[in-house]
Amino acid sequence: MMNEQPQETISRQPGQSLNHDNIQAVLAKYPNAQRELLIPLLQEVQEQQGYLSKDAVIQIGKHLKLPTSKIYGVATFYNQFRFQSIGKYHIMLCRGTACHVKGSFSLLNTLQRLLKIEAGQTTRDGLFSLEVVACIGACGLAPVICVNGEFHGNLTVDDLPKILNQYRNKEKKGDA
Amino acid sequence: MINIEVNGKKIDAREGETILSALKRAMIKVPTLCHMEGLKPTGACRMCVVDVEGFNTLTPACSYPVAEGMKIKTHSPRAVRARKTIIELLLANHPDDCLYCERNENCELSRLAAEYGVRERRFTGSRNRYPLDVSSPSIVRDPEKCILCGKCVRMCEEIQGVSAVDFIRRGSRAAVGCAFEQGLNISSCINCGQCIMVCPTGALREKNSLKEVIAALNDPEKFVVVQHAPSISVTLAEEFGVNPGTDVAGAMTAALRRLGFKRVFDTSFSADLTIMEEASELVHRIQSGGPLPLMTSCSPGWIKYVEEFYPDFIGNLSSCKSPQQMLGALIKHVFAPKEGIDPAKVFNVSIMPCTAKKFEAHRPELGVDGIPDIDAVLTTRELAQLIKEYGLNLGALDPEGPDGPFGIRSTAGKMFGATGGVMEAALRTAHYFLTGKEMPNLKVQSLRGLYGTKEARVSIADLEINVAAVSGLKNAAALLEEIRAGRKNIHFIEVMTCPGGCIAGGGQPLGADTDAVRARMQALYNIDQKENMRTSHGNRMVRELYEFYLEQPLSEKSHRLLHTHYSKREVLI
Repeated sequence: MMNEQPQETISRQPGQSLNHDNIQAVLAKYPNAQRELLIPLLQEVQEQQGYLSKDAVIQIGKHLKLPTSKIYGVATFYNQFRFQSIGKYHIMLCRGTACHVKGSFSLLNTLQRLLKIEAGQTTRDGLFSLEVVACIGACGLAPVICVNGEFHGNLTVDDLPKILNQYRNKEKKGDA
Repeated sequence: MINIEVNGKKIDAREGETILSALKRAMIKVPTLCHMEGLKPTGACRMCVVDVEGFNTLTPACSYPVAEGMKIKTHSPRAVRARKTIIELLLANHPDDCLYCERNENCELSRLAAEYGVRERRFTGSRNRYPLDVSSPSIVRDPEKCILCGKCVRMCEEIQGVSAVDFIRRGSRAAVGCAFEQGLNISSCINCGQCIMVCPTGALREKNSLKEVIAALNDPEKFVVVQHAPSISVTLAEEFGVNPGTDVAGAMTAALRRLGFKRVFDTSFSADLTIMEEASELVHRIQSGGPLPLMTSCSPGWIKYVEEFYPDFIGNLSSCKSPQQMLGALIKHVFAPKEGIDPAKVFNVSIMPCTAKKFEAHRPELGVDGIPDIDAVLTTRELAQLIKEYGLNLGALDPEGPDGPFGIRSTAGKMFGATGGVMEAALRTAHYFLTGKEMPNLKVQSLRGLYGTKEARVSIADLEINVAAVSGLKNAAALLEEIRAGRKNIHFIEVMTCPGGCIAGGGQPLGADTDAVRARMQALYNIDQKENMRTSHGNRMVRELYEFYLEQPLSEKSHRLLHTHYSKREVLI
């Protein structure tokens, strides 16, 4: 398997979507690809595009002669693939052991409710996206979330509206 | 030969076979949920686990090969307890609305729960909530009732070559669904309903049309006409506990009249008509060098498959509408005016072995002057439901004959119900068209039987005609690939979407095994052997229809009512 670094994907700026031709350019590098190249291809396309668009899945399917249902099945099996472009503020929520013990499940539920999205999705205004990660490596700050590289630790569910508003306000100021 | 011992008795097993296969032959029953005859085992459900002496863990019988001297206990306390636990776990997050379930009294999961005495809830799992997928005109998917056995996925992929559904996500969130979790209607699903046939629970079912039909029957303004497909009369009885292969054409006609249908017509009549048109098309294409091989167009699943996966072969498809649509058009545009009935008041119901026919009836290109040929399609199962709901006893009804003019059929039209039947019927008529004489032997043995691909070479006058009959779209795809790769020696191909043909269609009684399908097939062959009118061109009502209205096959009038066109379809493949 090729490099599995979902973090790298996430660090890409939003809006950098690959169009049809660019997907073709990726596929052209593997002219005789068989189905065993499915995951590396999904990874490479997501790395460039930030997510797997419907068009990308269809193109990869045609290239590998695999049905889209199968590709979608494989891609949803792994946590690393996403099907919406990431938001301007990408929230990674740690569900590692330490964070779990300190109540990260409640944080997840609250964030999903506040943002009206599920993990893996992006808000309609494109501002926030939410991703669940296994362990973020900041157990001392448990429970912890990380927004575009900024860590917020020792959280309770009551802290979350404040944090979200902080980014919303930042956005408003930026607009003005 | 290998000797194994099962439950203290010696039985013979064959080299290389699985434990399950040896047990089946010895009539020793081990329950299965995910096992599919003829396909490689997946070992997903673990219902078939048995105790093998010397093995630490239980062994799945479906996937473990037999070995010399193996000592097996199929119902050791450990094995039985494991099976019971599996059922309890499957039920832990299963909906409890069994009383309202389509598969009430016909559910493999509930049958197993009863067999293993699961009568209290030991585990309560959190339910997965999924929306009902009612987007398809043919099939309803209810993922909450899915137990993830994977049979629909395998049917769709390994038998039909479609792969409209697959497993998505994993662990406790795993489900079966289409790409991007979209509706079946915009997937590559061809509506064949074979997934329904293998589903052990109520997770897959047909889109029920009984409401519309009952409403029409109760509407005094409507003139409700029914037609039944060739295979219905040899399968309907199974829904009433009668052995497979029993022909109940007469009693069924009587029941349909009691239900309130004004006319009972036979789709086998328009099957005869299809043969007249299709055989003429074949002769025409052979003589004019038209696109060959000609491919039949009766099976709506196959048509959608070609539109999606092999659009380069659309020109090879016969332009004939399917018999269902032909008869629908004739009823509204020939029968109704002749009887002085307003075609707009005619409500055409068809009884089909098929869920894809529901989709076909909705196709905009199938209709005349914007009037749909068919208004509602019922499967064999739905008809049985209707008969039961009206309190009719199929066994106690005196047989009745069909109505004229579209109730008279030849046995050739009747054979449309089984794979190879259309081809046999077509050859009989093509022979007559080309030579003016009947085929010396009407039976074409090599086109009979439950094989996925059958080929025959027939000499007609100085012509050598090569034909093939395939069922199961994976088999059809293999043949199309051969033709793409340059195979040229084939003139005419019959394709039926469902393995075995309409007798095993997605609308037929559930739970039929290969023996049952074989019995249904034999029933059609018996009809062909017993009766005298064995060719479509010999059907006097067909001849009369040409004299009275259509003039001749492929005439302008027949093109208006009986023919259509197809085009490439963009779906998520």
